[in-house]
Amino acid sequence: MNHPVQAAKFLEDKSNAKWHDETLWFVRDKRDLSSKSIPEWEKLRELASGIKDNVLSNLDSYLVEFEKNATKNGIKIHWAKDAEEHNQIVLSILEEKDCKAIVKSKSILTEECHLNLYLEENGVEVVDTDLGERIVQFLNQPPSHIVLPAIHLKKEHISEIFHEKLQTEKGNNDPYYLTQAARKHLREKFLAAKVAITGVNFGVAETGEFVVCTNEGNADMGVHLADTHIACMGIEKLIPKREHLGVFLRLLARSATGQSITNYNSHFRSPSEGKEIHIILLDNGRTKQLGREKFRNSLKCIRCGACMNTCPIYRRSGGYSYGSVVPGPIGSILSPGIDLKKHSTLPFASTLCGSCSDVCPVKINIHEQLYEWRQEITKAQSSINAKSIAMKIANGIFSTPFAYKISGQIMRGSLKILPESVTYSNLNTWGKERDLPELPKQSFKDWYKNKGNE
Amino acid sequence: MSINKKVGLFIPCYVDQFYPNVAISTLELLQKLGCNVSYPMNQTCCGQPMANAGYERDTVATTQHFLDTFESFDYIVCPSGSCVHHVRDHAPCIEGKETFQKDIQHKVYELTEFITDILKITDIKGTYPHRVGFHSSCHGQRGLRLASSSELNQPVFNKAKQLLAKFEGLEWVELSRKDECCGFGGTFAVTEEALSVQMGKDRLQDHISKDAEIIIGGDMSCIMHLSGIASRNKQAIKFKHIAEVLNEAII
Ligand code: SF4
Repeated sequence: MNHPVQAAKFLEDKSNAKWHDETLWFVRDKRDLSSKSIPEWEKLRELASGIKDNVLSNLDSYLVEFEKNATKNGIKIHWAKDAEEHNQIVLSILEEKDCKAIVKSKSILTEECHLNLYLEENGVEVVDTDLGERIVQFLNQPPSHIVLPAIHLKKEHISEIFHEKLQTEKGNNDPYYLTQAARKHLREKFLAAKVAITGVNFGVAETGEFVVCTNEGNADMGVHLADTHIACMGIEKLIPKREHLGVFLRLLARSATGQSITNYNSHFRSPSEGKEIHIILLDNGRTKQLGREKFRNSLKCIRCGACMNTCPIYRRSGGYSYGSVVPGPIGSILSPGIDLKKHSTLPFASTLCGSCSDVCPVKINIHEQLYEWRQEITKAQSSINAKSIAMKIANGIFSTPFAYKISGQIMRGSLKILPESVTYSNLNTWGKERDLPELPKQSFKDWYKNKGNE
Repeated sequence: MSINKKVGLFIPCYVDQFYPNVAISTLELLQKLGCNVSYPMNQTCCGQPMANAGYERDTVATTQHFLDTFESFDYIVCPSGSCVHHVRDHAPCIEGKETFQKDIQHKVYELTEFITDILKITDIKGTYPHRVGFHSSCHGQRGLRLASSSELNQPVFNKAKQLLAKFEGLEWVELSRKDECCGFGGTFAVTEEALSVQMGKDRLQDHISKDAEIIIGGDMSCIMHLSGIASRNKQAIKFKHIAEVLNEAII
């Protein structure tokens, strides 16, 4: 995947790109208002960051504690080292329950494992019950945003999809009407599913319980109607104590959408009679990332999506331009750790403006990690053969040769002598939509020397 | 208002070549403010563009050279947030010279912060009868914290505004998006050309829609990008570096 190419494509439809930018900026604005209504906001961020640092430094013991307590509560714990193992575990539970249709609430982790595809190949019908996820599922697309999966689609487009898939009235774009149609459609699926899958927002080590946050209540609906609940959880999702939820829940919804709290924060502790809860704890590269000192704290992420909403690049290039499960700034520091070659353009899809780091509720230094990944990518350049990006960058207007050329005055000289068309073909990328500055008669250095200084 | 210390003028390579007036203004301004300023002639590029492109390791020699060039000064002042941010926070560590390097890094200041924090001047008298928009460079703003950032819940401040806002006749424009990036981003301007230009156009539009006459910036790299787009699209808005404005307006 090549971010610049995808971004340029996205920008071709100017009015859509503008709409996308403004829609997400609106969410960022709501987040600002909401975060500024709490005087202790920065303290909360500091606390959250500290708690997560503690978790990452003691992950091994918290995991064991969590397993012990959850097991005591009657939950079945499974460990999965990678996506394949994770998917096999899910399938084996479904086979045991003789289940051919499941409902699933939003879970980035199952996207990461490409669980839907795997289950469908094995004859299981998967229905995503989050409205946005269901919409992209109808289109056979992945989510374009981790909190707002269908944010790239306008209501007119959704109306068309629903007309085709749910036989709603053609041209009826009324959001209420469309939501009601989805509700009716999903209700049938909920009632039919024997197994429900959810993600996990927080696992509490001290109690062995876990919390799932949704705005639509779809996770609860699925879980309560089904006999078996499978919760898919990354090993970094732990927090030490239940009281820490007070920090994270306040930060999460405000950062994500500007709401003071997510509509449903459901705590799951032990299965009710005759039912089962399974938790699959997934590694899939997380311990590797934990071992990378400079990149470790990317694992603090609580998936609020705020770094996407604030990112001037994400807003103008759309989630799909990243070609990674998690798009946007956080995706650009997670994905290179999974496949450096595939994602080598992502750390460069940034101006290092730093807005992501300032917006992040757990204070991940996202833009500094983007900078560090750049250093890693250029180092690995020969082995990943990423000539196209690295070489282009090396020849970029402000990189090595250019910087040295201008200090050697070659640039000034040639700019003065050559006709515009030639300079623009040399610097054609810069010059496509921008003029170069007019050249002064002398450099500052020359001026200073002429004034009698040496 | 004078300080009895030696100030070394650190001029980014592209400012030296393309915008000598910004460097001259910085020099004159500092002199007007009572500083003993000189410009070490053998300075070169600080290595920032290379480091941001992923070649920090290739800037060891440049960094070493920077340290040697500016060793003898009490303060090193530069009219660019971006270059100061690099020298202070990103330059590779020179082995065996860690303390020496730290000492020098602590002496490097961006122009406006030098005036407000070291010279402790917050009230410059002057006249500038124009309606101005200010473009905070991200490296200056979030890297050096020259202004509060809109994401944080903190008291609002802006060192440039502190210096400019009291000028007689100056009208300060409030932007809709206070501190959105202009899209320059060094190599980004070329590797992500389409995005870079779109971001620049959007930033310009914010200023233009608020009837700003002049866009003032603290980093000529952002201004070069914005003015390049404005000039191509025949937009009449003007551009200045804050050093030029302060130097012109000061009484
Ligand atoms: S990196 Fe921070 S801002 Fe981005 S999704 Fe994760 S927690 Fe939210």
